[in-house]
Amino acid sequence: MSTTQASAAAAGPDEPAADNYLTHRRGVRSWLLTLDHKRIAVMYMVAILGAFLLGGIFAVLVRTELLTPKPVFLGNAAREWDLYNHLFTLHGAVMVFMFVIPGIPAIMGNFVLPMMLGAKDVAFPRLNLLSFHLYALGGLFFVYVLLGGVLQAAFGIHLPGGFGLDTGWTFYTPYSTGKSITGVIPATMGAFIMGFSSILTGVNFVASIHMLRPRGMTWFRMPLFLWGLYATSIIQILATPVLGITLLLLLAERALGVGIFDPALGGDPVLFQHFFWFYSHPAVYIMILPAMGVMSELVPTFARKHIFGYRFIAYSSIAIALLSFLVWGHHMFVSGQSPLANAIFSLLTFSVSIPSAIKVFNWLATLYKGDIRLQTPMLYALGFLVLFTVGGLTGLFLGALATNVPLHDTYFIVAHFHYVMMGSVLFAFLGGMYYWWPKFFGKMVDDRWGRIAALVVFVGFNLTFFVQFVAGSQGMPRRYASYPEKYRIYHVISSIGAYLMAVGLVMVALNWWHSLRRGRPAPANPWGSNTLEWRTSSPPPHDNFAKAPEADDPYDVSAWRFDQASGGWVHEPAQRGFDVVVPPTKA
Amino acid sequence: MSQTTPVTDPHDHPPHLAHHYDTPQQQMASGKLGMWVFLGTEVLMFGGLFVAYAVYRHNHPEVFEYAAEKYLNKIWGGINTLVLITSSLTMAWAVRCSQLGQKRAMVTLLGLTLLGGVAFMGIKAVEYHDKWKHHVFVGPTNIYRQAQSPAQGESTASAKPAAPAADSARLKQEDPNIGTSDEPRLRPLAAPPPGLAPAAKQRGGAEVHDPQRNQRLLVSTFFSIYFLMTGLHGLHVLVGMGLISWILVRGLRGAFSPQYFTPVDLVGLYWHLVDLIWIFLFPLLYLIH
Repeated sequence: MSTTQASAAAAGPDEPAADNYLTHRRGVRSWLLTLDHKRIAVMYMVAILGAFLLGGIFAVLVRTELLTPKPVFLGNAAREWDLYNHLFTLHGAVMVFMFVIPGIPAIMGNFVLPMMLGAKDVAFPRLNLLSFHLYALGGLFFVYVLLGGVLQAAFGIHLPGGFGLDTGWTFYTPYSTGKSITGVIPATMGAFIMGFSSILTGVNFVASIHMLRPRGMTWFRMPLFLWGLYATSIIQILATPVLGITLLLLLAERALGVGIFDPALGGDPVLFQHFFWFYSHPAVYIMILPAMGVMSELVPTFARKHIFGYRFIAYSSIAIALLSFLVWGHHMFVSGQSPLANAIFSLLTFSVSIPSAIKVFNWLATLYKGDIRLQTPMLYALGFLVLFTVGGLTGLFLGALATNVPLHDTYFIVAHFHYVMMGSVLFAFLGGMYYWWPKFFGKMVDDRWGRIAALVVFVGFNLTFFVQFVAGSQGMPRRYASYPEKYRIYHVISSIGAYLMAVGLVMVALNWWHSLRRGRPAPANPWGSNTLEWRTSSPPPHDNFAKAPEADDPYDVSAWRFDQASGGWVHEPAQRGFDVVVPPTKA
Repeated sequence: MSQTTPVTDPHDHPPHLAHHYDTPQQQMASGKLGMWVFLGTEVLMFGGLFVAYAVYRHNHPEVFEYAAEKYLNKIWGGINTLVLITSSLTMAWAVRCSQLGQKRAMVTLLGLTLLGGVAFMGIKAVEYHDKWKHHVFVGPTNIYRQAQSPAQGESTASAKPAAPAADSARLKQEDPNIGTSDEPRLRPLAAPPPGLAPAAKQRGGAEVHDPQRNQRLLVSTFFSIYFLMTGLHGLHVLVGMGLISWILVRGLRGAFSPQYFTPVDLVGLYWHLVDLIWIFLFPLLYLIH
């Protein structure tokens, strides 16, 4: 075990600990059956990044097909299956259920939440492991769907349950329960199981935040990332069960012929849309709230300034969580909802922009007169600010009834939700990964290449999706493999942007790989942040802290000074409750 | 027995205290909070089914009343309600006994609770069998679904091939009201309910001209909802029985003591929730007029 050094000596914390969570035990079993939240987070990281790669490949294929107005290699009218539909469906389903929703909470939340609380683990470590196993099991169902599609396309082999998936990630009935001959059952099973993974993670986080806060950490001295995760968990707990029952009904309808949604059986397909969006709209906030939490850590740390408007950011997270349940109807403005319901949902949709704007203004105010360091995580944070603003403002076009009607189901909407779900969340995800990477693995990432990659991703992203706003406002509908010649220029620009973004993301991956292989050992606190996870060595020991640290204002960074010798930040003067685990001298 | 916890001083670390908690109180409070939150998710999950129920019953109250009156057995349902309430009592009592360290009483009461679960599922099986016998099971096997339009066969041409006459005869035999003036009539809706317009009427043209066919489909929809609600509830009863068996075995081995009874408490909470859901299901399904 490690020994403790009570003072914040400059040299101590910056040497890598001999025994850390990565080396604590060895073997595959010690990983797959671990109860350590840090190892679970790393396993999530591998799985989720794998899903992201898969979803990204689908996206690049879709964009490649769209280079030409007529389907070239993904559409084939002579066959009863249409590869293009499969690809955009799987792109959406994999990205939403396996990357964007779990991404930040499951990786960074799992790793950082207990450490920000100065705790040894989450409240229910076993449940946490179960969450991961459920996620992996759900992922296997998607792999099965994919495998079925590949086998069918390549060899004509049918797997039971159908091949591929062509319903769109929304599984709209009656197509999904009736006509579609694809793997709706395994895919919904997968989403159902992953929903439980999400619920259990939410339960775990709520209990952890309520019960495991250390001495000195009141609700309003919690890091804002925890507020973000708390709000996220509330949504996961309240909304995901509804998705569960919706998918269960869908399964029952497809497998047993229950007539709840299919009009031919006396059902109501709009009811499915209500059920589905009652979950899936809040799910958008399951994606964005943790991203906003990451932002609230990145901005003050790299602006070397106390966060502006702490309470407003905290309350606005909760406000977004609550409002998120009241706006689902804006997905159904053209689905035969009554005009009154439309008007109410439109009004409520506009109200979400208030807490969102509060956050943006508070981050901007934090930047104001700050000592801004343009390191890689900060570049992503600034990128988030731009993309989220664009995504948020274009949301107003769609929330307004009159403009929604012509823009509904066009590329305008595709661009809007990519700016929010992908642009904003992905940028916060990457920013958070760069930010906590030294803590995860005890290695620094090459900052120069990181910044170049961030720039490439940013340019690529905007090139891809900004023109889609134009294409959409000109009337280009979503989900079509072929289109009139006049939209060609937009599609070509968009596809070039997608390739550029792919290049940028590959650079990110190489950047990380290089860090793992050759990275400089990370100091305990490479960025000078005052939250508790930086008060232990990088990577942390098995038990996180030798002695539970005592919390103070998480955004008061004034006491930290950069130490040239170690390349990290040290606390001056040495502070009560600041414990750094140093390695036992190697024999 | 309680030999596992020689706790006299609360600052000792009893063996059941996980390493990331400071005190047993904190651990127990966390467990309880987690369980309550989880029960909240269960309520929301059933909430979806209750919404589906509410929508269809609001749109077609006459169908629900007709089907419930004709096929659901209030006696069996009532007995099952009594059984579950009694098992909730024995469960609560068992939790109390575990807190007081009365091992024998706790094990006996848990056994009784388990027996209540068995009885409930047994009665449920009898009821399900009865539905099966009357061909009002879930999905396409439902007799009301098969015999879609015996009287006005020509108007269903666009939907599905007209049902064989044999099915109509069977339905007539099952439900003598079919085709007579006693058959439940669609209550004409002045305007479609906002947001949830009965899409069946808006889609294909055929349905609009054949209210009786819709009506019969809705009887089968009632049974879909009935089986999904009671089926999901039954699944929860089974899970609850598994959990009770687990703490029963642990109790026999002496795992619980007045210092450590959290699992008994949490399983108790779960069982009460399962009971509570049935308290709502019973009147909503069986006792409607």
